[in-house]
Amino acid sequence: MHNAFVDVFARWIAATRMSLAIGEVRWITPSVQCVHILAIAATLACMAMLNLRVLGVVGREESLASVSHRYARWLWPTLVVLFLTGSVLIIGEPRRSLENVVFATKMVLVATVALITFAVTRPLKQDAAFWDSGPRHRVAQLLAVISLCLWAAIVFAGRWIAYAQDS
Amino acid sequence: MALDALWTAIEQIPVAREIRATGQLFPWIESVHVLAICTVVGTIGIMDLRLLGVGSVDKPVSRISRQVLPLTWGAFALAVVTGSLLFASSAMTYANNWPFRLKMICLLLAGLNMMVFHTTTWRSALVWDTHRQPPAAAKLQAGLSLGFWLCIIAFGRWIGFTAN
Repeated sequence: MHNAFVDVFARWIAATRMSLAIGEVRWITPSVQCVHILAIAATLACMAMLNLRVLGVVGREESLASVSHRYARWLWPTLVVLFLTGSVLIIGEPRRSLENVVFATKMVLVATVALITFAVTRPLKQDAAFWDSGPRHRVAQLLAVISLCLWAAIVFAGRWIAYAQDS
Repeated sequence: MALDALWTAIEQIPVAREIRATGQLFPWIESVHVLAICTVVGTIGIMDLRLLGVGSVDKPVSRISRQVLPLTWGAFALAVVTGSLLFASSAMTYANNWPFRLKMICLLLAGLNMMVFHTTTWRSALVWDTHRQPPAAAKLQAGLSLGFWLCIIAFGRWIGFTAN
């Protein structure tokens, strides 16, 4: 992705003292990556439980609202951790991600799945049976399948940022 | 050394040669490996936090276990298969790589910890299944489990910085 504005911005970040510091202290990037991966693990597991419950694969002895209450609320705090650790990684090597089409794709996927999750979990707070009726149930199931695919794609994109740079 | 011969032999398995020859294969298998490990660690984390009396405390331990562990084992099987393929592609390099060795030791310790939990603490689970705070032994084993899996992630990431 070669956008003149993004290029100037990425070069400006790369020249900041913070970026240079992250590059010089060699343990920062690997450690922050580990926290980033752990936060993804937490997010992925909670989202898998939520979406598998929507599909009726796990936890049928419990209502969807109950399972959603337990797992979906973790999405927002973990997203904050992912955003903060992700930002440190970007500041450390801005051109590796900001000028990378896989990174841009990953951000679009994250925004999409976050919106879907919000749209599915929000109505349950007012009406626990919101998604139980026939047509709505099918919509929820479709969204669950899409969400699971999006989360898998996000993990794949995350790993491929490293392989897609300089291409 | 006899082991070196074994690693060399593993590297000559057709699928290992194929992964080395086809540049695209390694990152794809690696991506599935990362997805699988994240699922394993995340779901085990849900279980461990329940045993620590931190998360899902209003639900029975057995229910969380029933909901979460099938996914854990499925993902673990996928992680083992993909991990074995990645290992085979450069068996000698990985076998001599310290982060890789430490990761395998942590995996072994996590497995032993789980076996001890199931043969001792879990046997009395009927008594404390619905307790918000499980017994100290369960908390200790859950804490150890979280620690081992955290190390597995960290050493796994470290392999990528050292085994090239």
